[in-house]
Amino acid sequence: MLWPLFILVTAIHAQLCHPGAENAFKVRLSIKTALGEKAYAWDINEEYLFRAMVAFSMRKLPKREATEVAHVLLCNVTQRVSFWFVVTDPSKNHTLPAAEVQSAIRMNRNRINNAFSLNDRTLEFLKIPSTLEPPTDPSVPIWIIIFGVIFCMVIVAITLLILSGIWESRRKNAELSQLIDAEDRCENMITIENGIPCNPLDAKGGRINDAFVTEDERLTPL
Amino acid sequence: MAQALGPDSLRDHREGGRPKWDNKFQYFLSCLGFAVGLGNVWRFPYLCQTHGGGKPVAAPVPRPVPGWEVPLQEIRQRGRGGADTAVSAGLGCLVASFLISLYYNTILTWVLWYLLNSFQQPLPWSSCPTDLNRTGFVEECQGSGAVSYFWYRQTLNIAADIKDSGSIQWWLLVCSAACWAIVYMCIIRGIETTGKVSRRALTPTQLPPASRTPVRVRCVPASYGLPDSFQMQTLQNPRVWLDAATQIFFSLSLAFGGHIAFASYNPPRNNCKRDAVAVALVNSVTSLYASITVFSVLGFKATNDHGQCLDRNVLSLINEFDLPEQSISRDSYLAALAHLNTTQPERVARLSLKTCRLEDFLDKSVAGPGLAFIIFTEAIVHMPGAPTWAILFFGMLFALGLSSMFGNMESVIAPLLDVGVMPRWVPKEALTGLVCLVSFLLASCFTLQSGNYWLEIFDNFAASLNLIILAFLEVVGVVYVYGMKRFCDDIAWMTGRRPGLYWRVSWALASPLLLLTIFVAYIAFLAQKPPSYRAWNPQHERFPEWQEKRYPGWVLAACALLSLLPTLCILVAALAQLLARHTRRRRPRDALPNADTDRDTDTR
Repeated sequence: MLWPLFILVTAIHAQLCHPGAENAFKVRLSIKTALGEKAYAWDINEEYLFRAMVAFSMRKLPKREATEVAHVLLCNVTQRVSFWFVVTDPSKNHTLPAAEVQSAIRMNRNRINNAFSLNDRTLEFLKIPSTLEPPTDPSVPIWIIIFGVIFCMVIVAITLLILSGIWESRRKNAELSQLIDAEDRCENMITIENGIPCNPLDAKGGRINDAFVTEDERLTPL
Repeated sequence: MAQALGPDSLRDHREGGRPKWDNKFQYFLSCLGFAVGLGNVWRFPYLCQTHGGGKPVAAPVPRPVPGWEVPLQEIRQRGRGGADTAVSAGLGCLVASFLISLYYNTILTWVLWYLLNSFQQPLPWSSCPTDLNRTGFVEECQGSGAVSYFWYRQTLNIAADIKDSGSIQWWLLVCSAACWAIVYMCIIRGIETTGKVSRRALTPTQLPPASRTPVRVRCVPASYGLPDSFQMQTLQNPRVWLDAATQIFFSLSLAFGGHIAFASYNPPRNNCKRDAVAVALVNSVTSLYASITVFSVLGFKATNDHGQCLDRNVLSLINEFDLPEQSISRDSYLAALAHLNTTQPERVARLSLKTCRLEDFLDKSVAGPGLAFIIFTEAIVHMPGAPTWAILFFGMLFALGLSSMFGNMESVIAPLLDVGVMPRWVPKEALTGLVCLVSFLLASCFTLQSGNYWLEIFDNFAASLNLIILAFLEVVGVVYVYGMKRFCDDIAWMTGRRPGLYWRVSWALASPLLLLTIFVAYIAFLAQKPPSYRAWNPQHERFPEWQEKRYPGWVLAACALLSLLPTLCILVAALAQLLARHTRRRRPRDALPNADTDRDTDTR
């Protein structure tokens, strides 16, 4: 008695959910890539969880609060792991529009990913684009901060170099003028070395050494 | 640099004594910094890559080419005759160095921009930015790759054609201002500051490549990049010799006038021969050493790309045929592909899989400035601790380029100071600042959207023919106008020994002949095919490949002007001097004989 019912249900199931069906989506999981050694096997219990998550997402939509797990149909599960799913309405006659399913999945993508410990790349809904993470833009780009630091240091260094150059040249000018004055005054100063005054040595004309007697005194007069 | 204030130095100070290097080490490091530059790090490896390995290494180039530059200015300092004829060649060097420093500093600007952007994790060129509704990546980035997108769009914001100049990119302009400020800070008082910076800046730049090379050469993938075979056939290609000769030329920074300027601050008795040979040797060794690092990085990148290509293909197969995950590995890919091709060829054909061959990835290399900013940045992204490597790499590039900029700027400023363009009361800092300011304003044209195309023009035309002509004039001037015998006597006086037969033959015969051959070959190559450029055009149908475009007429005229400007200056200066001499001969001779004796007394 139940057999015809079972066959009818399976037939309806096959009609509504097959690869490329209307309002059907293909899902692809890469569990081994994501989890490596901690990968779990994909069995009917995982499928049940998936159907529950999809039903949960649909219930969040305004007019679909009555969606049950039984309304979500899965088919063509492969070893990849990949499969197709559709969401039917309570009467199980036709499938819900793809746009609604798409928006529901997009809004709850994070919850679905977390339920399976996967991310957007390893749990793919083909034809449902995932919202990408917004770029982490700080309010001030980092390069401007570092640029500001370096530029300020350079400006300070240039200012110091220029100022030190000006100070040195002023100091040299001051010492120069001092030495020039000293040179001018040199003629009035008497430098003494070993007790003998130096300036007489510069005097023109020489100096008579009294140790030598003059010509006249040596020779007796005639 | 401090002079004792005795009566003699007083006189020098009032007349303005010539600055001196603090010690020989400073001079040597400054020369080395000038010679070792960006050309060693990417131009040499790129040339090797184009000719398939290590061929340009083997091409022998007469070593004494730098040998006369170092003693040349020391001779000039002593006021021997022939100084006037050297003035015109010096003017040519000044103009050539000025043009080169304009675009060289622009490359430094780019390096600084990348350095500033390296202080973040993740690096900004590691991933594409998202588009407006955040469902995918920006379309241009998806086509070209994140690294190329960052370089062409977010850094250069390049125009699709050289004719659309576009607007000035403000971020490049402020980086350019910072670079010129840093250059000004280092050369503000001439060699007094340059020498100290060279000593401190150059040694650290050698350390990062040293630390990176052993790590990478040990890795098996990296060794794929190292050149393995040496083939005799490529040596028969004249293009190889041309490239090798021009590379050794630019690598040693000859005919810029920079070595002459640096050497002029040396004491007269200086073993210039030893300096010249040492600088040339260290430069070549650095080129080889840098190329080992560059090739290992290229090998690393190539194996990475090859692996990713295989992974993409494997994933396509698995997804299409719903095979279990990780059932096809990289090694079993070809076998699986063959099997699937025999059973279901139409589905396999629909996938349009790309063939992944390691040789293709090894051969693909980008020329010129692109090498550092695209290939290296991509390699760095895949390394652990990427920001550290990025900071080290771009810091090294910046230091290398900065030390070369010192030589370039010195060869511009030293002649201006010697000729006495500004009155005596204007301090040296002001002249240096003015030169830097003018250069910055002119170089801001490279921050336009078409700036990269103009930079390639400068690189190809301003730096090539001029240097060959200038070097040829220098050799001919020294050997034939000044006289080989006088020159050898001067060297004997400076170093204590006359130069041997090898040097004399090279100076008199080999170098001029070689330069003349290079010049003629260069002209012949240029004449064979009209100059064209490669534009980055996102609308091009074969994007991300380059689009070949011809230069418009006015750009070609600008190219010709750039190539001939320094030579024109030489001719104009020579004519002016001839005219001046002519008019002097006509006027009565009153104060003429003092001119030569004044030069002779201007010594220490």
